Amino acid sequence: MSARSTPTRVAVAALVRKDLRAELRTGDTLPAMALFSVSTFVLFHFGLDARSLEGDLAAGVFWVTMLFAAVLAVNRQFVAEREEGGFDGFLLAPVDRTSLFLAKAAVLFAFLVALQVVAVPAFAILLLEPSPGPGLPELIGLLLLADAGIAAVGTLVGALAVQTRAREVIVPLLVLPLMIPVVIAAARGTAPLWLEAGAAAVEGRWLLILGLYDLVFGLLAYAVFDYLLDE
Amino acid sequence: MTQAKFSRGLVPLSILSVVLVVGGFAMVFFYAPNEADQGFVQKIFYLHVPLAIVALIGFVAGGVYGIRFLRSGDRVHDLRSYVAIHVSLILAVGALITGSIWAKASWGHWWVWDEPTLVSFLIVFLLYACYQPLRFSIEDPERQARYAAVFAIVGGAFVPLNFMAVRAAESLVHPRVLSTTGGAMPGSMRLTFLVCLAGIALLFVTLVKYELTSKSATFALRALKRRMAGDDDWVPVRRSAAPQL
Repeated sequence: MSARSTPTRVAVAALVRKDLRAELRTGDTLPAMALFSVSTFVLFHFGLDARSLEGDLAAGVFWVTMLFAAVLAVNRQFVAEREEGGFDGFLLAPVDRTSLFLAKAAVLFAFLVALQVVAVPAFAILLLEPSPGPGLPELIGLLLLADAGIAAVGTLVGALAVQTRAREVIVPLLVLPLMIPVVIAAARGTAPLWLEAGAAAVEGRWLLILGLYDLVFGLLAYAVFDYLLDE
Repeated sequence: MTQAKFSRGLVPLSILSVVLVVGGFAMVFFYAPNEADQGFVQKIFYLHVPLAIVALIGFVAGGVYGIRFLRSGDRVHDLRSYVAIHVSLILAVGALITGSIWAKASWGHWWVWDEPTLVSFLIVFLLYACYQPLRFSIEDPERQARYAAVFAIVGGAFVPLNFMAVRAAESLVHPRVLSTTGGAMPGSMRLTFLVCLAGIALLFVTLVKYELTSKSATFALRALKRRMAGDDDWVPVRRSAAPQL
């Protein structure tokens, strides 16, 4: 990199600010994700014919819903860049290319956290039998670790899919299998927190698997993201 | 000419893999003992496990060629990556079908969810089943190659991680064939298994070489036709998931 180029930190901050401002002004993604999650909870209520859920089932319903909501965000992630010429503008700017990956992943992470601020209480009111209160610190840890993995892989797939002709099809087809380890670890980790008999301890190995997934795919996505941007 | 490079040694390789596969199956039927617990059905193991192992190695090899393509920009590596994943996918279908038959015979169900190896294999299969649709939906061949390489690398890293996560989640029903304890196979079974594994691995290499040869012959033919027709009359080839050299 030449001495003149903008530091990555500054570029990432600018890109994050741009995305958050666009989201604040248009409300393209987050409201849709929140609404989608609540609708899905209602669907599960009728689909499972259950007044309340606990343990494994509650954790599964919650995490599958979060994953599908994330797919919505991944679908929208790079659309503005492609349609409004944002990619060209970015490639002309004297910044490190991975700053786009870092910014997009950070924004997706922020969206997921914001979604969960809404979705966890909604889930607790609508479906969850035991109160999520006692296990809340562990739940937050699991949520953050899983969100980091979803953000890294989601951003990579989003960038991969946006240039294809069948974006809306490619994103879920790629994201869902890639996310299975996250769903396994997050759902199995969350299940003991939501037991009817009271929250039990989270097994350390689920946190370990989530951490490992974040590390491996974070580094991998960081390394290969360059190749997804055209000259 | 690239074609000559791919087809070199193809005849002896084909003969050797036929000999090994046929010999391996002869050993399965006439040499290896019937397993005490499951009887004759267990012999599908000599087909199922090598298919699965070779398919997984093929997926990872596709990722390695993806890395080499991105580093060198040489389209031959993209072609290799594509062919490795393509042939692995076919072997993976075989592994899933034989695994399902074996599960029905020994556990009584076509599909067993509390069976980490089978489940993780299905997940890997589902992921790689998207490889060709992804390629097909990108029109620009240069971009197609680059994106497919990224997919192959991510997939290659996903294979071991996925197996770890699924294995952590489930109880251990599936026999560990090549575990550190050796799976307690008697010598004759182990020998038969290794011959079958070598046979399927060679079959994989042979199939890959055949497809590479066939693809490069197609490219050479197309180039000749193009030269004969002159560049003006040239009709571009239809969109394809396969790489174009």
